[in-house]
Amino acid sequence: MYRYNQQDQAGVDARVAEFRDQTARYLAGSLSADEFRHLRLRNGLYVQRFAPMLRVSIPYGLLSSKQMRMLAHIARKYDKGYGHFTTRQNIQYNWPKLETVPDILADLATVEMHAIQTSGNCIRNITSDPLAGAARDELVDPRPYCELTRHWATFHPEFNWLPRKFKLAFSATTSDRAATRVHDIGIHIVRNAAGELGYEVYVGGGLGRTPIIGQKIRDFLPEADLLSYCEAILRIYNLLGRRDNIYKARIKILVKEMGLAAFAEQVEAEWQRIKDGPLKLQAGQLEAMKAHFGSFHYDASAAADQSYAQRLERDSAFAAWTKRNLQPHRVDGYHLVFLSLKARGVAPGDVDAAQMDAIADLADRYSFGELRATHNQNLVLADVRQQDLYPLWQELVRLNLATPNIGLLTDVICCPGLDFCSLSNASSIAVAEEIFDRFESLDYQHDIGEIKLNMSGCMNGCGHHSVGHIGVLGVDKKGEEWYQITLGGSSGNDASLGDRTGPSVERAHIADAIQTLVETYLELRLNEDESFLDCYRRVGMPAYKRRLYPEAA
Amino acid sequence: MSLLLDRLGQRIPDLYPEWTEPGTPPPGQPRLLTLERFMEEGAPAAAAVLLPNTANVLSLPASVLACPLLVLDYPAFADGRAYSQARLLSRNGRYSGELRARGGAVVYDQLRMLKICCFTQFLLRADQDDEACSLLLSSTATR
Ligand code: SF4
Repeated sequence: MYRYNQQDQAGVDARVAEFRDQTARYLAGSLSADEFRHLRLRNGLYVQRFAPMLRVSIPYGLLSSKQMRMLAHIARKYDKGYGHFTTRQNIQYNWPKLETVPDILADLATVEMHAIQTSGNCIRNITSDPLAGAARDELVDPRPYCELTRHWATFHPEFNWLPRKFKLAFSATTSDRAATRVHDIGIHIVRNAAGELGYEVYVGGGLGRTPIIGQKIRDFLPEADLLSYCEAILRIYNLLGRRDNIYKARIKILVKEMGLAAFAEQVEAEWQRIKDGPLKLQAGQLEAMKAHFGSFHYDASAAADQSYAQRLERDSAFAAWTKRNLQPHRVDGYHLVFLSLKARGVAPGDVDAAQMDAIADLADRYSFGELRATHNQNLVLADVRQQDLYPLWQELVRLNLATPNIGLLTDVICCPGLDFCSLSNASSIAVAEEIFDRFESLDYQHDIGEIKLNMSGCMNGCGHHSVGHIGVLGVDKKGEEWYQITLGGSSGNDASLGDRTGPSVERAHIADAIQTLVETYLELRLNEDESFLDCYRRVGMPAYKRRLYPEAA
Repeated sequence: MSLLLDRLGQRIPDLYPEWTEPGTPPPGQPRLLTLERFMEEGAPAAAAVLLPNTANVLSLPASVLACPLLVLDYPAFADGRAYSQARLLSRNGRYSGELRARGGAVVYDQLRMLKICCFTQFLLRADQDDEACSLLLSSTATR
């Protein structure tokens, strides 16, 4: 993975000192609460319902075991012993004390981590495919491109005070695992007809109050022009984005109001002026960055192992887990392993300090000392030999990280909701738990197959409800918790926004409603290969509506 | 009283007091005019121009770009439009006079970014600690 050079380290250390000074000035009363708010947000610090919340950046979700141990240390020393992995591959702590945050940041800096630009109206963490570098279906490893972009974006002096937050995501496969089309800029690394590498660029996607799927602004951008093109987009947005209304300030609204063609024209004109300047990527620059990634020495005899096949035959629980929680690796004899953070009784995405330490050990033992956080709020060990799968699984079972539900109904994406977030209208974690109880029978879940259930506690959509195959959104009705349901959303390459089913459902009936929708699908599907999403796209809303609201029929 | 600092953090006098009265300023007298006034008055010599942060700096008339001083405005602490204006103006020597930042964002916590974005003068917000700001500017290198 990428390691900081001296300049990177000095920049992060200076930032810690700067924030320590800002915190001290705020506590002494010489920095106003409003200005401190802007500054602390740019260092990852929110003030939530009960306490401050600190969001730590995990660039494109990649962590070393050493960094994971530091995250455990922070959970123990400064928080209540756990952390929460988010849909943008970051980790959040829900209980730090404001006065201790500079110390937390200093601890993070010792392992090349920080919380810079994890909130506030600036360029946020760059996200990507959690299987990058190991997936069979990828064109190239997107991480060197992400890291170059991260360098450009971090501390960018011009874009720290944008109209609104700005998120970029990269994908280099045909099965988008990074939800790129619901990002402000989504970048697909592609090859053109001439065989050259470059990018398909999407702009103006986003969730929240006005969810919009990003539109393609460029079919093919040459490989060397990545940063200059992003800079052109950001500059136009910084100058022209609306600042009069927070709900209309994202780039998606600017693109919508100007029209894609007019927006693209401005970007193109600005890009023409800067594309041959200092931001142009030099061949050596890309090569040097690529050398940081994927240089592991894979065991050439890994595929010759016989024990794995035997274990599969003898242990059905192990076999069930391998069916759900593994993905094929580009190297024969290796597998990508998902650690499910969606166990019964655990808030989706939560990991405690003991688990973090244990996961770090497992990464050292079985996966070259690295791990990844996923957009779906799980973790991945990306390079595990097949002969190690059985002992790894046994350890994961002990750690409660082996629930074989990746991609299934109980693998929900869920925001912290009522439990932590001051903006929440309704509980999301409690509903996730109820769904877990209802659908816990794994046979039943397997029968349902691939399905994405996404839940947010309010319109801000941190739980990505608009792009869930089933989306659940908490709404407030005269002080009571109600839930609005949508169907048919997707954040994959075929991205779409869900359609509302109709009137919202009260708290007591939300689990019933989801069960009804799932049962309707099971009746309507052509066969087991037709997924929930495909089936919905084929038959449309009316059939589901009739079942969900029988009284209206 | 707001202090004006240069790129090295040295205190400098403001040679262009803002002209807000009706009528043309006396000829040859250095004044700061809004872009609108400047155009109305027929681009008087020795005038500096205050640009709103909504101005398209790529379509400014040559008379504006010939001014010895352009002042960019930060109406609020968190409104960063003028950063991009400054970048566009200073790029490729398009504008080579003095570039001054003024308003709600000209504070200790943003001076470094302002300097990196090519501002050459900083009209500190009235509540700022001028010693600290001066020291910070003197120790900030531009990239
Ligand atoms: S969706 Fe709403 S309730 Fe949930 S975390 Fe985001 S802001 Fe909070």
